[in-house]
Amino acid sequence: MSAGYVLGALLPALTGILGWGRVKSPGALDGLVKNLGFTIALASSLAGCVLSLSILLSGDPLHVEIQQSLPFGTMALHADRLSAFFLGVISLIAAAVSVYSLGYAKEFLGRRNMALLVFLYNLFLLSMAGVVLSGHAFLFLFFWEGMSLTTYFLINYEHEDPAARRAAYLYVVMTHLGTALLVVMFVILFSHTGSFSFGAFRDPGSRLPTAVQSIVFLCATIGFGVKAGIIPFHIWLPEAHPAAPSNISALMSGVMIKMGIYGMVRVYFDFLGPDIPEWWGILILIVAVTSSVLGVLYALMEHDLKRLLAFHSIENIGIILMGVGGALLFASLGNRPLASLALLAGLYHVLNHATFKGLLFLGAGSVLHATHTRNIEELGGLVKRLPWTAFFFLVGAVAISALPPLNGFVSEWLTFQALLLGFHLSDLSVKIAVPLTVALLALTGALAAACFVKAFGITFLGLPRSDRAASAQESSFSMIAAMGSLALLCVVFGIAPGLVVSVLDPLVGSLPATSASGQVVLKGGMMLIPQSNSSSVSPLVLCGLIIAVTLVPIAAGYLLGGRMRRRAVMTWACGLQKIEPRMQYTATGFSKPIRMIFSNIFRATHEIEISDETSPYFRPDITYELKTESLFLKYLYEPAYRIIIGSARIFRRIQTGHIQTYLAYIFLTLVLLLLFAR
Amino acid sequence: MSDVPAIVLLSLLQLLLVLASAPLISGIIGKTKARFQNRQGAGILQPYFDLAKLLRKEVVVSPVASWVFRSTPYLVFASTLVIALLVPTVVVPVPLDWVGDIITVIYLFALGRFFVALVGLDTGSAFGGLGASREMSIASIIEPAMMLAIFTAAVTAGSTNLSVIVATLSSTPASMLNPAHLLAFSGLFIVTMAETGRIPVDNPDTHLELTMIHEAMILEYSGRYLAFIEWSSQMKLAIFLALLSNMFFPVGMATTLAPWALFVGCAAFFAKVIVLAAIVAVVESTNAKLRLFRVPELLMVAFILSLLALILYFIVGA
Repeated sequence: MSAGYVLGALLPALTGILGWGRVKSPGALDGLVKNLGFTIALASSLAGCVLSLSILLSGDPLHVEIQQSLPFGTMALHADRLSAFFLGVISLIAAAVSVYSLGYAKEFLGRRNMALLVFLYNLFLLSMAGVVLSGHAFLFLFFWEGMSLTTYFLINYEHEDPAARRAAYLYVVMTHLGTALLVVMFVILFSHTGSFSFGAFRDPGSRLPTAVQSIVFLCATIGFGVKAGIIPFHIWLPEAHPAAPSNISALMSGVMIKMGIYGMVRVYFDFLGPDIPEWWGILILIVAVTSSVLGVLYALMEHDLKRLLAFHSIENIGIILMGVGGALLFASLGNRPLASLALLAGLYHVLNHATFKGLLFLGAGSVLHATHTRNIEELGGLVKRLPWTAFFFLVGAVAISALPPLNGFVSEWLTFQALLLGFHLSDLSVKIAVPLTVALLALTGALAAACFVKAFGITFLGLPRSDRAASAQESSFSMIAAMGSLALLCVVFGIAPGLVVSVLDPLVGSLPATSASGQVVLKGGMMLIPQSNSSSVSPLVLCGLIIAVTLVPIAAGYLLGGRMRRRAVMTWACGLQKIEPRMQYTATGFSKPIRMIFSNIFRATHEIEISDETSPYFRPDITYELKTESLFLKYLYEPAYRIIIGSARIFRRIQTGHIQTYLAYIFLTLVLLLLFAR
Repeated sequence: MSDVPAIVLLSLLQLLLVLASAPLISGIIGKTKARFQNRQGAGILQPYFDLAKLLRKEVVVSPVASWVFRSTPYLVFASTLVIALLVPTVVVPVPLDWVGDIITVIYLFALGRFFVALVGLDTGSAFGGLGASREMSIASIIEPAMMLAIFTAAVTAGSTNLSVIVATLSSTPASMLNPAHLLAFSGLFIVTMAETGRIPVDNPDTHLELTMIHEAMILEYSGRYLAFIEWSSQMKLAIFLALLSNMFFPVGMATTLAPWALFVGCAAFFAKVIVLAAIVAVVESTNAKLRLFRVPELLMVAFILSLLALILYFIVGA
């Protein structure tokens, strides 16, 4: 599988080098590079799915030692159930995105360096697979950096756009902040265990002292949190994800941010468990609810379709962390069954978010492809022009809004169950944390539904608001097929939770802090929580019932009213001649009530500028500008930025630029070292 | 109640009960409100005649509208009917209680609301967008209050299974007067008024653009489609009243299928629901509709009541 990605990366690179001179006037070669590169990626992803499934089903970890002469001990690839699950998530989404890219990348033919895109795309997939398969700290960091750098270049792919360059720069700064902390974490682990291999870290004989454990915990939370996009380390995410080409955005939002979650689960539950201080769980829960509520609130204010989806990724990372935080909290109180249930819910949401967010980004890419705008205020009526994209986007929207019977509902249901049962633990902080988390999870779900009514309704329904939207063309077959397959997965993971639970249950059971499997029992399509007093749900039967009882209104209509008679009449325009696209509600108008209700968070300011007041009755030019403020930029990043710049100014004074001064510094350092460090 | 014919029969009866009684409850509320306004008012059977008339009329569809507009009435009606199968009305346990719990019920309502809000944007009318925007905003602040109120009931029973919640409570009648329980009830009552679009949150009788919420979304519906949407709203009200009465005061519910038990169960169901409907009518008649941006304050009250209920439950115990 890895060989496939390497091949996929190298072949196009070779052809790219061969065709270097032809980039400006590309012929058949670019098309060949594209087809070859993405087909190899597809094949490797499918191989990844098979490998992941074989590990998950058999439970035998994959262990490959790598011969090398570096002084960090034997390096090894090691894939246990946890690695295999994340490998499965990567491969599943990558397979769909590779199919999609076959069609989507046509847009770049003749305009951009196709070989570079294919090269980076394959390397990106390879490094993500490498991250989850690594069993050694150095290998892990190598792939982690590979992932960060390939995405840096991919965000920069359309580098003529200053916004893309800025986004990429912000991304690379933030992600290295995270990597720095990961290096610190691994060094601490090394200094206590004397080894860089993951096997030594998890060895129960080498448990760290509690204080050191907590430092490792904090390093992991921030280091992996930056990649996952938790608030307040999220600022790169809404800039970077929209700037990349849409197929890459789908991978970044659907899969790459999950690598942060993988790292957290690996460190918290594998390296550090099972004796956990209580405040860890509380901290993660606070991060989780902040990320989810603020993520969805910021998403509501966006009318750039891809930025909106990027903010939803922050929200969903929050929902995943509710499961992870709950698991930490319950594990710290010694309740392993509950911890297992909560972690299972979180991991289930990892898979679900990957499928529906991948799908939604692919849908957004299809809209972008057809209309060349991401601003939903210029769209509308696309359901008629892009029927398939619209339908699949709607499936994704229903899934992300956690509506039954699709997959988002199942994982949120499990999260609710874990939290509800947690309330019975006799611990004060649990009694406070749990109800608030439940209430805020409910708020998040409802706000997400509001946001996707806006996103789908304004983009796809009503009248087209611009010529671009009115003349849009449906995407090619490969793009539709890719979206269709992810939409199908959203349905399958929704109505057949047994497929996922049967894989996740032994996984959760294999981790020391949550070593209690069997927390979700499956009986004929029904999911039952044995710890509770028969709480259960059966999405399959639910789905069947909804379809079955649709007969009732159809029958009632025929029996009481006869055959349906339908007449087409234009929408009522309050007595005006005809309805104009400008009369419709806008996305900004749609989210106004939310903006008013949560005005403390948004601190919106608007300016109305009337430039030409020749006649009091006709005002030809009115500009309306609305700004919402980011609390984090203003109160966290700007002060931090000022401090860094300020201290750099102070240090600049010792930089004279004369070589004599620097020689003096070296001499002084030498003298000091001789004096104090003999 | 494990054999299949009994399950099917009982489920069908439950379906018919909600389907048939929902317009009656709306009729009773309408009549009570009319009396408060010193009017004679239409008969309590009027909603049935309205529905029959609407079902016979042709539907007018805007050419702007898509398949979302045409399929939503069926989807909303079907999802409401499925909820009717899950909520205990007369008999407990409900035969299909394992299919979905209280969380499923809430999210199924959200499914219907999601599509009705989309319809608001589908016809290109400004009113639709206005209604959709308001409905989704209010719904999102209802949700936390509703979830907490339900949470209180669920932790008492140790389950989110509706039939288990009801059965646990009816086995310990004393806890019905538990202060935590009563607070959660009042929280959920406010939530019900907001969810079903009643004064002081929304006025189901208005078509004034400044105030309407739910009516604005469905303004473009007519004929049969409108009948399904109206009927679903009436069922939603009936289901919420059933939830309120049975989750908090499960008196007289049938636990066997003996004819006498069923008769008592039916009588108790109608008595409770009619009393609650009358209370709804009184609240609607004696309050003014709130300005849209005062609604969050009202829902905050519901949230605080539910939170207090939980705290009380934690201190006093059930």
